[in-house]
Amino acid sequence: MIDFVPLWTVILGLGVFLYVMLDGFDLGVGILYGFAPGREARNLVMNSIAPIWDGNETWLVLGIVGLLAAFPLAFAIIIPAVYFPILVMLLALVFRGTAFEFRFRDAEHRTFWDHAFNIGSGVATFAQGIVLGAFIQGFEVEGRHFVGSSFDCFTPFSIFTGIALLFGYGLLGAGWLILKTEGELQAWARRLGFRCFIGVGLAVAVVSVWTPLVDSRIAERWFSWPNIAYLAPVPIVTALLAIWEWRAIRGKAEVAPFAAAICLFAMSYLGVAISLWPMIVPHAFTLWEAASAPSTQAFLAVGTLFLLPVILMYTGWSYWVFRGKVRADIGYH
Amino acid sequence: MEFDALLLSRLQFVWVVAWHILLPAFTVGLASFIAVLEGLHFFTGKPVYFRLSGFWTKIFAVSFGMGVVSGIVMPFQFGTNWSRFSDATADVLSPLLAYEGLMAFFLESAFLGVLLFGRSLVPRWAHFVAALMVAFGTLFSSFWILATNSWMQTPAGYAIENGRFVPVDWMAIIFNPSFPYRLAHTVTGFYVTTGFVVLSVAAYYLRRGRFVEEARTMFSMTLWLLTVLVPLQILIGDLHGLNTREHQPAKLAAIEARWETASRVPLSLFAIPDQEAETNHFEIEIPLLGSLILTHDPNGTVQGLKDFPKDQRAPVIIPYFAFRIMVGLGLIMLAIVFVSWVLRLRRDLYITEWYLRLCQYAAPIGFVAVIAGWVTTEVGRQPWTVYGLMRTADSVTPSLSGTDVALSLAGYMIVYLIMYPAGGLMMMRLVKRGPADQHDDAVESGRPRGPVDALSHGQSGSEKAS
Repeated sequence: MIDFVPLWTVILGLGVFLYVMLDGFDLGVGILYGFAPGREARNLVMNSIAPIWDGNETWLVLGIVGLLAAFPLAFAIIIPAVYFPILVMLLALVFRGTAFEFRFRDAEHRTFWDHAFNIGSGVATFAQGIVLGAFIQGFEVEGRHFVGSSFDCFTPFSIFTGIALLFGYGLLGAGWLILKTEGELQAWARRLGFRCFIGVGLAVAVVSVWTPLVDSRIAERWFSWPNIAYLAPVPIVTALLAIWEWRAIRGKAEVAPFAAAICLFAMSYLGVAISLWPMIVPHAFTLWEAASAPSTQAFLAVGTLFLLPVILMYTGWSYWVFRGKVRADIGYH
Repeated sequence: MEFDALLLSRLQFVWVVAWHILLPAFTVGLASFIAVLEGLHFFTGKPVYFRLSGFWTKIFAVSFGMGVVSGIVMPFQFGTNWSRFSDATADVLSPLLAYEGLMAFFLESAFLGVLLFGRSLVPRWAHFVAALMVAFGTLFSSFWILATNSWMQTPAGYAIENGRFVPVDWMAIIFNPSFPYRLAHTVTGFYVTTGFVVLSVAAYYLRRGRFVEEARTMFSMTLWLLTVLVPLQILIGDLHGLNTREHQPAKLAAIEARWETASRVPLSLFAIPDQEAETNHFEIEIPLLGSLILTHDPNGTVQGLKDFPKDQRAPVIIPYFAFRIMVGLGLIMLAIVFVSWVLRLRRDLYITEWYLRLCQYAAPIGFVAVIAGWVTTEVGRQPWTVYGLMRTADSVTPSLSGTDVALSLAGYMIVYLIMYPAGGLMMMRLVKRGPADQHDDAVESGRPRGPVDALSHGQSGSEKAS
């Protein structure tokens, strides 16, 4: 029987990364929305993601169901362990998702829906950051169950990663807005993007020092010989990307700030993967130990390998339809 | 105060599913209706279809957005509150859920953007295709989620290894015994639900003499559809019942509040079932009709609850009444359809005030029937999550304390009690504004027109003027 675990690791890894990148930028747009100067600007900011946010959020469903399908044991341990961050994220997503439609239709409560969109985006991001931090730190496991308390996931580290992700998504969102807007609004996005960039830089540096300090296995992974030689390109490339992002945001480039932000995310993601490999439940179960039955993975792989490219194609088409700068329509001055 | 994590987790699941199911119950049918309207407009070029499509698309946008966000909650429930169920059944059920995501959700969400905001950006045929894709997406979603649900009711194609279900035959898993009936019954129910909403809106306009052309088109189209679907639904429901009798006899006994196994059983119209005393109070029955309906034979035997151990019986009173509410509403629907034939023959269909009023107030009838049917089938499955094999009590997440779940349930209650009334209010406002207001505001410009302007046109005119 073929071993499907590597394939599913790649598919799931890709799915989660696409989620982080795609919903990352539209959650980021939601975070920056709160700082937008005036209603006209807010309309444009929201319009820039209105046709695509829903598709972006769908990757969250794929990520979570993919985890259940490919690595059910990890699903059954991790999700209960982050009970409250998940709850808070879901409730926040309800507010920010409904705010798109409701804000336009409910003029007398527009301020409420403005806040729902902005705060909902921020809270959902913060909760995802806590999930990330808790995941890196690992969970208390006995047998096939999580046995800690539902509040274990709130630690100084996970709260730090929560804040870090706010800056991260903010940076992605600013990159998107620089791409989709022009003039004063674009200048505003560049200013905010630069602040987020500084925040991201500090956060990446702190996490890079913090994780090896708290977890000797992670220190071992990165600093033992010959790993240190093989892995040296990771921090070096990250640093080069940071320089690129800095210049792109401060300069005139319109695509580069978004592209560089995505690359920075990819490198951070790779860094986490390297630290934890080959565990899917850190310190407890490897990818192979948590995998579902081979026939389950095979049955789903057949369809996924066919459907995923199709999905990417028509998703790409829907982005293509809404290409170009977003602007208020000529009919409404 | 001590909270019970199991009971609260069940209540939480009821809360999030019951609210969520209202949206697919509406959007599955509405997506198909919009696709039909787009198709009619594409092929006939009549502007009335175009106006109707634009009008219903806006209502669809509100309800679909709510459906998405309340739907994302669902897969997480399996992990947060039912981790042991997830661990035990994932090898069998997770691919069905994953295929739902891959086939349905991406299709819906990618093409919805084009359907809502892309009319001026893509050719007409592409817009029609987008509407079709959204409709197909909703149907694929129903297919996979009902396959999953049906497997929990009538598991097949599996083996049990170390307390976990493992797949043996995928076709048997997907097309498990109750699936074809449940799929047909549910999707037809969703179409009927949407039908009665459209009918109600049309009746509302006809009574006020507004948008008469659009209203007549909707009213007539929908009544023809219901003429086919309501009797069909009653037939499918009957077949579904025979299937339940064969595969889930304990559930059928609970639905009928039948304690003793007997042949030539009566049909119970009303009773207060008493779980402890194993009997019914205040029973009103019609002789023989029970056997005739449940077995299609007046001498047919129907199994009673006493054949099953006490700890394997559902709480009888809930499925008993939920089922009767569902069937009663089905009969009212049939009456509404029947009257429409008479009125059509007399050419009074659009002007009979009492009938229009009846249709207008019938808007929620499908929703109530769907919820009642869902309660019947899900409570009837108790005390199992996987019928006869895995108990609900053994499915819950072990690490949860009652307080944890009390907090999360409170969170879901507060948020849904804000979101749903707000959404309902917004849809009602759209209905009040009517189809004429929006005829081409999304089309007139050649630029990627922002949804802000497209959607707030007409409503926030005073704001714009300032």
